[in-house]
Amino acid sequence: MADGATPVNSADGENRREFLYLAAGAITAVGAAGVAWPFINSLNPSADVLALASTEVDLSQIEVGQSVTVTWRGKPVFIRHRTEDEIKQAEGDDGAGLVDPQSDESRVIKPEWLVVVGVCTHLGCVPLGQKTGESRGDYGGWFCPCHGSHYDTSGRIRKGPAPLNLLVPEYEFLNDTNVKIG
Amino acid sequence: MSTFKPKNPVAAWIDHRLPIFTFLNHEMNEYPTPKNLNYFWNFGSLAGVALVTMIVTGILLAMQYTPHVDYAFSSVERIMRDVNSGWLIRYVHMNMASFFFIVVYIHMLRGLYYGSYKEPRELLWQLGVLIFLLMMATAFMGYVLPWGQMSFWGATVITNLFSALPIVGEPIVTWLWGGFSVDNPTLNRFFALHYLLPFIIAAVVVLHIVALHRFGSNNPVGIDMKGPQDSIPFHPYYTLKDAFGLGVFFMAFAVFLFWAPNYMGHPDNYIPADPLSTPAHIVPEWYFLPFYAILRAIPDKLGGVIAMFGAIAILFVLPWLDRSKVRSANYRPLYRFFFWIFAINGIFLGWLGGQPAEEPYVTMSQIATAYYFFHFLILLPFILPRIEKTKPLPASISEAVMGGGNAGQPAQAMEKAE
Repeated sequence: MADGATPVNSADGENRREFLYLAAGAITAVGAAGVAWPFINSLNPSADVLALASTEVDLSQIEVGQSVTVTWRGKPVFIRHRTEDEIKQAEGDDGAGLVDPQSDESRVIKPEWLVVVGVCTHLGCVPLGQKTGESRGDYGGWFCPCHGSHYDTSGRIRKGPAPLNLLVPEYEFLNDTNVKIG
Repeated sequence: MSTFKPKNPVAAWIDHRLPIFTFLNHEMNEYPTPKNLNYFWNFGSLAGVALVTMIVTGILLAMQYTPHVDYAFSSVERIMRDVNSGWLIRYVHMNMASFFFIVVYIHMLRGLYYGSYKEPRELLWQLGVLIFLLMMATAFMGYVLPWGQMSFWGATVITNLFSALPIVGEPIVTWLWGGFSVDNPTLNRFFALHYLLPFIIAAVVVLHIVALHRFGSNNPVGIDMKGPQDSIPFHPYYTLKDAFGLGVFFMAFAVFLFWAPNYMGHPDNYIPADPLSTPAHIVPEWYFLPFYAILRAIPDKLGGVIAMFGAIAILFVLPWLDRSKVRSANYRPLYRFFFWIFAINGIFLGWLGGQPAEEPYVTMSQIATAYYFFHFLILLPFILPRIEKTKPLPASISEAVMGGGNAGQPAQAMEKAE
């Protein structure tokens, strides 16, 4: 009875069986992926975390030559009110043999304000140089004590194992004295 | 023994030293299974899938949950509102808990109907009862974690059960709480144990399967496999049958998950725990209701606790209480009748457990509780063996399936099995 009831390509229904096997397998794979994605995605930052992803800073209290550290997305951000000398030094070194060549101009919006993420691009330590008395390294910027990376007054890597300059976060000036990071 | 050897040379190299592929082939591929299993035999693998689902979703939830009385409730609400797909993961966890119990109850009733607990499967059955007990402990502690009103008062009531014990009762309850009421230490240890117990369940499940594979599955006829003509290999026959059943199961699950995710829960548990005010009508989750009814039926604190635990403990000795040699209820006309009475009585107890503790429900609970114990303690060991006339058993599974001594079919099956 079974043989006559279903028309098949080959005599023993092998093509039909193979098709069913593949179709069932494909649907199972799609279903499994459809379940796996929300499960994996649940580990991504959630909406309430993303909502807190920007930080506003009032710059009016920061004197020339001073630095402050603010927290942005759980990481320190260095804001330095640079002196004339520091700006000159940074711009003057644009042509020096930089590891990660970037001009100082491309790393700032206003030259007197340098904003960088205070995380060493080597293995993630926080470099020294924010507080008075801390080592600023050979180039007057920051010095990472973990593995000895030296950053200049533009936050560029000059010496040591770090491969990249300190990251400049996305930020904008809301007015003359307020900056929004993120 | 099988002459199985992996085709892949790397697999063969490993298998020669660590025979994992031989083992899997033996237990999940060629494993001879009675050829007459009906769909009630799907519920074992369904329970396994439910356990895995609970563990996977549970680990993801634990990554977002905070076990502290001040944060637990809001961390669960954060899972529901902010965490990506958090609502889905929590609703899967909540509803799969209920479906896990549905599956296990059907699995147990299947065992009762077809006499799967009888010699030589007594330990297999007892390991199953142990899994059931561990499941109840795990479910209870999991229900406490969201720290809603039902969580708090459920935890208070259930832990207070132990205060019924004479002399040691009060110190034990204080020890369970880690304080003088259900509080932060209680929540912390319940979280730790709720995370631990599923893995212990998984270990007991392994033992359950080892015991199962010693003699193989029971079957609707309830007689042993007598040779290759009575069995078919597990793969592809039962892997596919299980997979098909799993698809149907997931469809039923999806109905609750997406259209009625809170149907089997209590709205009161969406009110944060308040140690100063008990909800007017406090009931456990539905899967505990039959045992809750037994607890309330006895008008004595210690007696009620003993009856409730006794209702589960009695299952451990069931293989020796039921003295009939015939396994399947299909060949035991009286047992078959009383099985259904027992099942209906169990559902009735569940309904009673959800009613308020007042008349006429108390008297009805007492009658139903009495019948529950009558079934195990008097009917099975003393009455049925004396009055029941069992039907003649078929000579073999093959004969039962093929309808009489048909020579052609079994011979063909024998060829396939080799």
